[in-house]
Amino acid sequence: MHEFVDAFRFILHDGAVAGQPALPSLGYLTLQTLKIGVIGLAISLAVAIPIGCWLGHLHRGSFFAINTGNIGRALPSLVLLAIGDVFLGLGLTVVEVALVILAVPPVITNAYLGVDGVERDLVDAARGMGMGELEVLRRVELPLAVPLISAGVRTASVFVLSTTTIASLAGFSGSLGDIIANETSYHFSGVLGAAICVAALTLAVDAVLALIQRALTPRGLRKLARERRVAARLGQAVAGASPIPS
Amino acid sequence: MAAPIVQLGVTGPVIPNYGAGSSSCVVHNHFFCADWVGHNWGPVLWPALRGHVVLTLVAVAIGFVISMTLALAAHRYRLLEQPTILVTTFLYTIPSLALFELLVAPVGANVYSAEIALVSYTLLILFRNILAGLREVPAEVMDAADGMGMTRTQSLLRVELPLALPAIVAGIRIAVVTTIALATIVYTIYDAGLGVPIHTALGEGPFKTELIAAGGLTVLLALVADGTLVLVQRLLTPWAQVQRS
Repeated sequence: MHEFVDAFRFILHDGAVAGQPALPSLGYLTLQTLKIGVIGLAISLAVAIPIGCWLGHLHRGSFFAINTGNIGRALPSLVLLAIGDVFLGLGLTVVEVALVILAVPPVITNAYLGVDGVERDLVDAARGMGMGELEVLRRVELPLAVPLISAGVRTASVFVLSTTTIASLAGFSGSLGDIIANETSYHFSGVLGAAICVAALTLAVDAVLALIQRALTPRGLRKLARERRVAARLGQAVAGASPIPS
Repeated sequence: MAAPIVQLGVTGPVIPNYGAGSSSCVVHNHFFCADWVGHNWGPVLWPALRGHVVLTLVAVAIGFVISMTLALAAHRYRLLEQPTILVTTFLYTIPSLALFELLVAPVGANVYSAEIALVSYTLLILFRNILAGLREVPAEVMDAADGMGMTRTQSLLRVELPLALPAIVAGIRIAVVTTIALATIVYTIYDAGLGVPIHTALGEGPFKTELIAAGGLTVLLALVADGTLVLVQRLLTPWAQVQRS
């Protein structure tokens, strides 16, 4: 466990290594990783959420929406980055493109499943109240789909941050992966310290997304989820409560 | 013949070393040189592919045994569900490269830490799917099993598990495909899998042919594995086909 003590010392010293004066600081690299990740995630959400939600609203394209998710999982991020490197040279743009390619599929799949799974009776009732299609989507389907959509967003955020670090293995410089891929300069304690920072960063982003999810979830749904949990604990079946179509 | 000794799977030397069969295509680093793949299939690509398959199979097998145990326990004792979900979600949230490195300190840079990391990523997927499959068995069916005088173990083995099979196989498919993609990073701590030739190719320029061959094999392996599992599921659940048609 001696290594962990050294790793935390590395973190406390903000990534300074004796005899290596010119290295970028740990805090800087952590913020860079966060920045690259947030940009990638933002682009992915801007692309994927409208597509997934609209397909779900139309109840069409389930084959496309579900299988993009499966194919996305089969793409190894290292391969994607390496191939981007071959064609375009590995800069920030290629990394962001790779992030978007990896993050879009789970968001589309979950947004589709979330909106598609909203009870038809509710949608009919909304139409009966005179809502237009966009209004139905915005005021009924989207709020009810928040738990599933945000599950997709949280999965995507993990993909994005881990891929940002992996980009260093393919030769991209400017993220925490630089330290992990460069044991010669940073020694093992530095590698371990950077790995701890990546894990902490990802968990922090996940926690923030969980808070956003909570804020966006309609109060009624939150109450329902709590009741369902209580009911589950008591071992009672809540009829017709399954939000995901099998 | 004073042929240079080709170091395989060793991190790229400073001078490009494209391995056996340096044709002009290879020397000029064209987009894809089939002759290089032909020459290096035996010494480089095949061992990497085999290693990749072994890494994946071992990880999913161990992950399946652990998840099945946890899911059966959580199916009987509901209290166990939330803690298990919490722990497996936490494991799933740690970025792959970081987890591999974090395991090196306590376990060492060997096959064990590679497998521990790969297994930990399968747990959430498999556990959730197995449990969802078991929960979706209709209550009437369970009542019928009770009425036929089946014991709890009998109804589990003969009713619940067969009916949960589609959901379980769906989980295994996701776990296998995810593990195949993740196993390309294993090379950072242990010399195995298709990540090794990818790393070598990156160190050499990048050397396009090797990169595309190894990357293509990874994706192909994932697709073949997924297709095979679909077939297995069809064979295991003939009743599902009858229902659909």
